[in-house]
Amino acid sequence: MKIVSAGRLPAEQSYEGKSGLGKIGVGLLYVVLVAVACLQVLPLVWLFIFSLKNNQEVFNLPPFALPPSPHWENYAKVWTEGNISLYFFNSVWVTVISVVFTVLLASFVTFAITRMKWKGSKLVLGLFMIGLMIPIHSTLIPLFSMFLKLNLTDHPLSIILSYIAFNLPITIMILLGFYYALPREVEEASVIDGCSVNRMFFQIVLPMTSSVVATTAIINMIYNWNEFVFVNTFISSDKFKTLTVGVQNFIGQYTTDWGAIGATLMISILPILISFFIMSNRIVEGIAAGSVKG
Amino acid sequence: MDKVMSNKYVIALYVLPALLLILAIIYVPIVLTGYYGLTEWNGIGAMKFTGFDNYARVLQDNAFWQSAGHSLLLAVFSAVSLFGYLLVALVLSGKVKGANTFRKIYLIPMLLSSVAIAQLWLKVYHPTNGVLNSFLESLGFSNPPAWLAETSLVLGALFIPILWQYAGFYILIYYAALKNIPASLEEAAKIDGANAWQIAFRIKLPLIMEVIKVTIVLAVVGSLKYFDLIYVMTDGGPNGASEVMASYMYHQAFRGFDFGFGSAVGFVLLLICLIITWIIRKLTESKDTIQYS
Repeated sequence: MKIVSAGRLPAEQSYEGKSGLGKIGVGLLYVVLVAVACLQVLPLVWLFIFSLKNNQEVFNLPPFALPPSPHWENYAKVWTEGNISLYFFNSVWVTVISVVFTVLLASFVTFAITRMKWKGSKLVLGLFMIGLMIPIHSTLIPLFSMFLKLNLTDHPLSIILSYIAFNLPITIMILLGFYYALPREVEEASVIDGCSVNRMFFQIVLPMTSSVVATTAIINMIYNWNEFVFVNTFISSDKFKTLTVGVQNFIGQYTTDWGAIGATLMISILPILISFFIMSNRIVEGIAAGSVKG
Repeated sequence: MDKVMSNKYVIALYVLPALLLILAIIYVPIVLTGYYGLTEWNGIGAMKFTGFDNYARVLQDNAFWQSAGHSLLLAVFSAVSLFGYLLVALVLSGKVKGANTFRKIYLIPMLLSSVAIAQLWLKVYHPTNGVLNSFLESLGFSNPPAWLAETSLVLGALFIPILWQYAGFYILIYYAALKNIPASLEEAAKIDGANAWQIAFRIKLPLIMEVIKVTIVLAVVGSLKYFDLIYVMTDGGPNGASEVMASYMYHQAFRGFDFGFGSAVGFVLLLICLIITWIIRKLTESKDTIQYS
């Protein structure tokens, strides 16, 4: 296994002036790039537009026409009536807890593997890396029956434990590249000064790796926020459902109210879109670093 | 230094929590899936050991092979579409202004949940009010099809949102790989009189071959275990026309309460994923990899 690309790209080079023919060629290339960009964004623009319409406007206006007066009340309605606020906050805290534990446990393991000397470190690393290739569906039935026996079905712990376990491999993989490149002089000096391993880890190593920790945290956040199968299988009562399953159930009941469906979907993707606009470089870096040779 | 850094208690403290967790949540269940496949079990009551009956049933089950065929078709689609992504990445990695912005925009759908994507595309494909059929009607097609209700169209219709979701991911990987090629190689080729086409296909593509192989494995294995979007959009229908391996397993176990048979399907799914990964690796194995640094 190895990391395909560790993110960081060379600085942008801009197009330099060429002959007229070259310019036409370049223009055509831009048309292609812009067309692809439109295809990627237009369905979301359409979603936003119909989230502001009532059914009459959805059926009678052209798809991309804005309604005369936007129905922002669609958002207020689903937020208060449809349990969406409950699902939303469930998603928030389940995601936060899972991300914190995943990143911390993965940092522990990566530190032990790259910095400490012990037999079996190769084997343990191998176990984590093979974990990347296991399809979650092949674990679903035994997990369900295990959680059933432990009385953890319909309990948030079942999804939190699953999220942490299945995200550890990818998180460790992204961290590894960074830890290998990290200079050891500071750590060596701290040992000579009589620093304990724990203090070294929490006061020196963790702060030094904060940028890659942020990258893995945002990637983990996206995965956990979007996860569907585990919640759908393990959680049955509304009070523990997260947004993906909650949205799915809610829409199942309101199949004909387009505005409500649009508003629900917008609410569910908004946190991801906002974090993307704030931290797009980190996300791009994390996804590029996380593409694995499996 | 060595003494401090090989303290067994500290190592155990740092490694064991994560290790025990993946053993309990990933590795034990994998073994159990194989074992449950040897039993007749409704998920709650007593298990009855039936040997390889379930596995024999899977192998003779037409519905399973039909779903496997659909998964394989998705895998082939995905692998072929990689070529398109590669072309876009080649264009993007040329001296294009705003390349960084483009690749970020392309990535947006990949960040959204499959449920949101599925629900959005259900609306796109809506027979009367969806944006697709509205568009087709405005072009003069009087009776555009109900895309997801036609057995002959449904798989193709499902593949479009999958394409939409993952395009940015593969373009990003290819772009990063292409940008890693030293500029000096391209300059040398230009001096030798190579044109843009030759530089792309004779120099750049061979240099990123390793990355291309990885993406083929990712695309194929990812398609073989594809589930969320199909489960939400069609639930395998109409009439099994879009059932894939993972959804078939899910239906057998969690709807039919045939957990023994479902486990057998799940284990076969795991084996198929591992075997196909291995086959692709073998097929694309090259004796000497090209180095450039």
